[in-house]
Amino acid sequence: MSTNGFRLPHGGLPHGRLIDRGREISFTFDGRAYQGYHGDTLASALLANGVRVVGRSFKYHRPRGIYGLGSEEPSALVRLRTGARGEPNIRATQVELYDGLVAHSQNNWPSLRWDISSALGLFARFLPAGFYYKTFMWPGKLWPHYENIIRHMAGMGRSPEGLDPDRYEKRHAQCDVLVIGGGPAGLAAALAAAESGQQVWLADEGAQLGGASQGMRGDEGDEAVRKTIATLESLDNVTLLRRTTVFGKYDGQLYGLVERAGDHLASPAIGRPRQILWQLRTKQAVLASGAIERPLIFANNDRPGVMLTTAALGYLRAYAVRPGRRAVIVTNNDSAYEAVRILREGGVEVAAILDHRHMTEQRALPGTETLYNHAVIDTAGRRGLTSVSIARLDVNGDAVPGSERRINCDLLCLSGGFTPSVHLYSQAGGKLTFREDIQSLVPTSQVPGMTVAGAATGNFIPNTAPPIALGRSRRKQFIDLQNDVTAGDVELAAREGYRSVEHVKRYTTLGMGTDQGKTSNLNGIAVLAAALDKPLADVGLTTYRPPYTPVTIGTLAGRDVGTFLAPTRRTPMQACHEQAGAAFVPAGLWQRPHYYPRPGEAMADAVNREVLAVRQNVGIVDVSTLGRIDLHGPDVAEFLNRIYINGFKTLVVGMCRYGVMLRDDGMIFDDGTVARMAESHYIMTTTTANAGPVMAHLEYYLQVVWPDLRVHLTSITDQWAVVAVAGPRARELLDSLDSDVEFANQALPFMAWRGGHIGGIPAQVFRISFSGELAYEIAVGADHGRALWEMLLAAGEAFDVAPYGTEALTTLRTEKGHFVMGPEADGRATADDIGLAAMLSSKKDFVGRRSLRLPGLLPKGRLNLVGLVPADGTSAIPPGAILLDRAVAGPGMDKAGHVATSVFSPSLDKPIALAMVRNGRQRLDQPLWAHSPLDNRIVPVTITGPIFIDPQGERLRA
Amino acid sequence: MLLIPCPHCGPRAQTEFSYGGDANVARPPAPEDADGGTWVDYLYLRDNAKGGHDELWQHIFGCRRWLRVGRDVVSHEITSCTELAESGA
Ligand SMILES: [Zn+2]
Repeated sequence: MSTNGFRLPHGGLPHGRLIDRGREISFTFDGRAYQGYHGDTLASALLANGVRVVGRSFKYHRPRGIYGLGSEEPSALVRLRTGARGEPNIRATQVELYDGLVAHSQNNWPSLRWDISSALGLFARFLPAGFYYKTFMWPGKLWPHYENIIRHMAGMGRSPEGLDPDRYEKRHAQCDVLVIGGGPAGLAAALAAAESGQQVWLADEGAQLGGASQGMRGDEGDEAVRKTIATLESLDNVTLLRRTTVFGKYDGQLYGLVERAGDHLASPAIGRPRQILWQLRTKQAVLASGAIERPLIFANNDRPGVMLTTAALGYLRAYAVRPGRRAVIVTNNDSAYEAVRILREGGVEVAAILDHRHMTEQRALPGTETLYNHAVIDTAGRRGLTSVSIARLDVNGDAVPGSERRINCDLLCLSGGFTPSVHLYSQAGGKLTFREDIQSLVPTSQVPGMTVAGAATGNFIPNTAPPIALGRSRRKQFIDLQNDVTAGDVELAAREGYRSVEHVKRYTTLGMGTDQGKTSNLNGIAVLAAALDKPLADVGLTTYRPPYTPVTIGTLAGRDVGTFLAPTRRTPMQACHEQAGAAFVPAGLWQRPHYYPRPGEAMADAVNREVLAVRQNVGIVDVSTLGRIDLHGPDVAEFLNRIYINGFKTLVVGMCRYGVMLRDDGMIFDDGTVARMAESHYIMTTTTANAGPVMAHLEYYLQVVWPDLRVHLTSITDQWAVVAVAGPRARELLDSLDSDVEFANQALPFMAWRGGHIGGIPAQVFRISFSGELAYEIAVGADHGRALWEMLLAAGEAFDVAPYGTEALTTLRTEKGHFVMGPEADGRATADDIGLAAMLSSKKDFVGRRSLRLPGLLPKGRLNLVGLVPADGTSAIPPGAILLDRAVAGPGMDKAGHVATSVFSPSLDKPIALAMVRNGRQRLDQPLWAHSPLDNRIVPVTITGPIFIDPQGERLRA
Repeated sequence: MLLIPCPHCGPRAQTEFSYGGDANVARPPAPEDADGGTWVDYLYLRDNAKGGHDELWQHIFGCRRWLRVGRDVVSHEITSCTELAESGA
């Protein structure tokens, strides 16, 4: 394969431990074919092929190369794969090479080589710090225009082109010890914990355990690590998760882990997930996440060829790739001197090592110029580094004029010290203290359940000199390569008065990229500290939040997508509705029949037909979704009396009663009926949506407020199938069935219930009505629901029975002026608002009663439930419309109320509505204007009473 | 996510529970006799002190009991979880 001389030949050196030279792999980058080896990352393979520019930067579209080795990478972001699997902003340093891999560079147009925005310098002029806040604030109506331009030019990557074809899974687990990081410290901790018999989980980001320094240790170190890994693999009480990032620490020792189970393959194996979200509870965690090398700041420090020293060594030793031919190292600590040796051993010429520090002891490195008190002040090279400008520093750390000179090189290794990776420790609430000797923030407090180990503690990090003063440069000195934040941006923010590091972060977007500022945060704080003339320790650190590295939304969603997004509740008669061709509408988790269209019918036709069938003939509706609560015990009557606004002590066995319950703040909470089944046995129905909340409400009062009441509650919604038979011919239909229940008015009057059999099925028949017609609700065991429904349909043929859905139900109840929870009783309505003041018992206390005397709940000036009809008798009233006292809509308009429910009434052959209107009951027959801001329509309406049909209630008692 | 040690069901994830407010807010035993201020305090006013709180949680996907949970709102540490009667509420 062609290596351009960047891949080291297989030889005596221990280079290339992670690659398998026997397995060549083909891949493409920006359409060009390349070769790599199994074990390569996309980054190491690109470097091996001499590819230096891998993308353009976010704001300024500057050419960028490979900068890091792993998850710290800020700039080598690519679009990986294509089509629906295409994913933007993937760190090339973490992409394992597979055969046929396709990657593209980002942020360039028309090409990576010739990016027009960069050539025109389009960005430099109008993207200073805080540009979002400064430039495009006004006029607001131009925002979409600006946004469009910014998105086109400055956006990061592109979305996938289609639905994600892959599967994601969520798994839950628990263990005794979770070790985060598979470097030497993590492996040692895992082994110690495992040997003491604990259940140990160890997670590491990489495909191979051994840590970031793997391949950089001597043979002996590698061998020791290999042996530890082999031992851990052999133990039953150890689970090793490779390619797994611990991205978040949550309350209760819960950790979020993402395992990239299939990302190293072209596509996940059949039946296997692409990624797995682990939610792992542990008793103890060991944070062995290591430390990340810090860059140094100087002009044009972002050119391809500028790289962290640890990254350069990693590519050389672990992947056998020379990251350059001729290197310069710039450092402020001792670790760089060993780096010189390793680079030279791998055949990289090291022209010079520049040390910021003033040193007296000379370290002779034959063949490499050693320059103390020196720094890089600028770099050159259009599409990659070709030389650096250096200067001598005076005692203040400023460049000595006249000392500047150039050194030719294609690799500049940055060695600015190390920052412990304390993200998870900080997420857990751990405190950090600035350590002068290593110029880093280190963990210094006890976090329950977490031990920090290895380099993350700040130990094992070489002494590091403080940052040198930044020269006044008009050229860009980058701190955050991903978000293109420069030292000048941070200084500008300080000059504009920003003091808090949290504000500077948001204003400049420092550290807000997908790399979460792993290489930039501390340098940013240092620059801010210098600008504010404060010690770094006093500037503080921005808050660390999950995730440590980006987690794709698919993984968080897992399999909870599409029809699995939420469970679907089905009534026992669901199959009948499906067979009948019903249109369905979601009602909470239920899918309820909306209407039952006959061939050729539009929705309105079907709904009108269903409504008229109930008004003139007979219809049946599945009401199994209503909540049903069974109450047993000697104190049920007393309990109901305290829960409902109306009295329940006089309810006798065999009868039902409608009830309204309030919250303690006086607002209507729910309504329904209660039937007394036996001396100490009642069944309550609730609205469909409130079945769960009502149960919790009742349990609250029974357990917390009145624990002395002897009442036992059971939710029985799922155990019953319930059908309402409604219409003037309902009794005729029921009489035609084989039943021992007497449906006659005297045997089963309005608001009574009787038990018996229908077609041999044990049934409870409740004479209650929601539609305002003669109606019966028949409850049978859930298993009999389908038989009952089919029996009613079959017997109903003679009566032309119509099954009806929720839309007809809404129209029927609106015609009848029945409020429902939601549109009318929206959590702000009192019983008086709805017109139920007469139900409020004066003989007893009940939940919410005390609130009715609070000044805000007194009736005067409140919204009342009223009816509306269009002034012209024909115009539809816009649902949700704002009601105005004048036909003028606009800012400052006076609201008289709002439309709650709007329907076309086939019974009256005109549109009608229910509305909440201020003092509405005193305003009958007055005009209002219904204003719909959505379509800017104004419909003149007239206020009426809320009951449009049978105000005396003669039909339901028929 | 909190891990709440239900006295009936054992340690369970927070997602099985529903939060119910300050456990030390007692409903006035005779609401009709409560003056407006007392009633409004009960309805709306809550302390939000830094540190330890006594909270009501209902184990809705478990035993359905309303429980008294001691929780530090700074560290999110759960210090206790008991039946209301046991804690003398
Ligand atoms: Zn429980």
